[in-house]
Amino acid sequence: MPDRPHRVALFVTCLVDQFAPSVARGTLQVLERVGLRAEVPGGQTCCGQPLLNDGFPDQAARLARRWVETFEPFDAVVAPSGSCVATVREFYPRVLAGSPWEGRARAVAQRTYELSEFLVRVLGVEDVGARFPHRVALHASCHQLRSLGAADCARAVLRRVAGLELVDLAHPEACCGFGGVFSVKFPEVSEAMLRDKLQDVSATTAEVLVSTDLGCLLHLAGGLSRKGVRLRCLHLAEVLGGS
Amino acid sequence: MSPSAAGFREASARAVLDPALREAIRRVTDNLAVRRVQVTAELPHFDVLRDRAKRIKEHTLANLDRYLEQLEAAVRARGGHVHWARDAEEAAACVVRICREAGARRVVKSKSMVTEEVELNRALLEAGIEPVETDLGEFVVQISGDRPSHLIAPIIHKRREDVAELFRRHLGTPADAPVPVLTAAARAHLRQAFLQADVGITGANFLVAETGTVVLVENEGNARMVTSLPRVHVAVAGIEKVLPRLADLAVFLPLLVRSATGQRLSAYVSLLTGPRGPGERDGPDAFHLVLVDNGRSRVLADPELREALQCVRCSACLNVCPVYERAGGHAYGSVYSGPIGAVLTPALTGGRGLVDLPFASSLCGACRDVCPVRIDIPGMLVALRARAGQTAEARWERRAARVAAWLLCRPRLYRWASVAARVLEPVVRRVPVGALRRWARGRDLPRLSPTPFHRAARR
Repeated sequence: MPDRPHRVALFVTCLVDQFAPSVARGTLQVLERVGLRAEVPGGQTCCGQPLLNDGFPDQAARLARRWVETFEPFDAVVAPSGSCVATVREFYPRVLAGSPWEGRARAVAQRTYELSEFLVRVLGVEDVGARFPHRVALHASCHQLRSLGAADCARAVLRRVAGLELVDLAHPEACCGFGGVFSVKFPEVSEAMLRDKLQDVSATTAEVLVSTDLGCLLHLAGGLSRKGVRLRCLHLAEVLGGS
Repeated sequence: MSPSAAGFREASARAVLDPALREAIRRVTDNLAVRRVQVTAELPHFDVLRDRAKRIKEHTLANLDRYLEQLEAAVRARGGHVHWARDAEEAAACVVRICREAGARRVVKSKSMVTEEVELNRALLEAGIEPVETDLGEFVVQISGDRPSHLIAPIIHKRREDVAELFRRHLGTPADAPVPVLTAAARAHLRQAFLQADVGITGANFLVAETGTVVLVENEGNARMVTSLPRVHVAVAGIEKVLPRLADLAVFLPLLVRSATGQRLSAYVSLLTGPRGPGERDGPDAFHLVLVDNGRSRVLADPELREALQCVRCSACLNVCPVYERAGGHAYGSVYSGPIGAVLTPALTGGRGLVDLPFASSLCGACRDVCPVRIDIPGMLVALRARAGQTAEARWERRAARVAAWLLCRPRLYRWASVAARVLEPVVRRVPVGALRRWARGRDLPRLSPTPFHRAARR
């Protein structure tokens, strides 16, 4: 396990900033509970993933360079998103390839973590002292699951939440159909994937749907409210940050 | 490869409205995917095999010229003929010429994607030569004038009733005939074709450079008939199919078969080296190998897409792809469908389907996880998207991206824009346009938080 970092930064992510500040607050609370006062560097905006996935790596590279500059001074960077962390780790070295930025990006990427991954794999903490007496279904994002290989981290911390009962989905590894630009380029296929995901959730006794990524969560919540299904959607950090 | 009748959006939108299609696809792909998981788990060293396969492919492609020349020499040494085809037309014309020189009226074929790619059947028919597909699925594709919609299960999109009706019309079986009756009718029909054919045409799963061997993997035994009954055997293969040594099959056969059908080994594996030799009892009088480029050299020269040539066409990526499962193979408008097809089609053709196929993926990464040669399909889709971003069709998006990056690089402006967005939100929600409208078709738009986090954090 890596050394316990001293200076920790919170990468809020643009979606959390705009749509769900409580996720950022929850992340800070969780980190505080494990004894870390995370800083929130000013000047942070977006990791650039949407630009990259839309087909504009040069524009994404502009954001990547900014991001590296912003977070370079810290021992560890924690984000409430497996997807944004996957972008930093997997794609920053590619979009910055061939420039001095590549090495710098690799160096920061190595100490950038999704929240539950940071707790379990860096700090060795599964129990963050949270309490949430509900039946919960977890949708780990595809990036959390496959790029980071850290879906088990999210499950591990949820299992240690007091009162929380984790219920299994039939197809936990199935994509919810979001995929950023995919969801608006091919809405019909995206919606078909969403329908199946929501059916999977509805077939369980879950009262709350929890995800590691706000992108998936907004997609899932948008589908649920369109169908008129009342099911709470919460981010992992909101569950862990609650008491 | 014929141009797609409609773009991916239109075709996939139609496909999701057809629950029977989805069910038909899912039954097969789920079954294949489950079996793949079972039989790959049996081999504790499966991932070691994958790494080894990757290295062999990388090495072979890096030295492709050398191995192709070695292959050519080895085939010639065993009395075979080697032909080089730069593109689809040359490949098809070459096979037609061989058939003509053999005086062939009828030819039998076993399953081969590259002959679909070069549209060989059309060329043969135009030359007055009748091709008969002998793989059961391909036979159904042929008599229905259809196209394969999956790499190894070409009629995955058809239901049993569709096939029964087809056979009633073409082979005279009863409308309610059970599957064994249908397969028996096909068998009887195809047996005649085998006996009458002058030339047998196959693809190749692998070509072995050191021995000049064509390797065919199949389950129906038809490829073996195609290569042993007619006087002449023509194997058509992409140049990327070559492997250096016979021993490499020990790596690739288990990877291919277990990843493709979830079997430990296919019912038939044929290793064919040249025509019938002196003193041999079986085999054709003449053997021809047609090596097809058709865009592969260009892909080889392309550092971002080169990896696509490592594909062994196992279809594991199709069988786990949530988009393929719902859109179906035909939506990709190419003989190569699914995640690898979304890469191969624009790569091989130098851009066909570039504006939509690379986007036909949520980038969930399931394909990369199962690929027996660990091809980074999502990475290549993103690389292709970058090329799509440079096309004329994307000029407005390109401008929007530049503005977005400019704004997101200026935190103060970003904060002002956040305020402006909240002022405009009610209007946008009432009349969503563009991407927002496409989102709002089936999903409610998310609401901006009244105060963004950065404002609270600054306080």
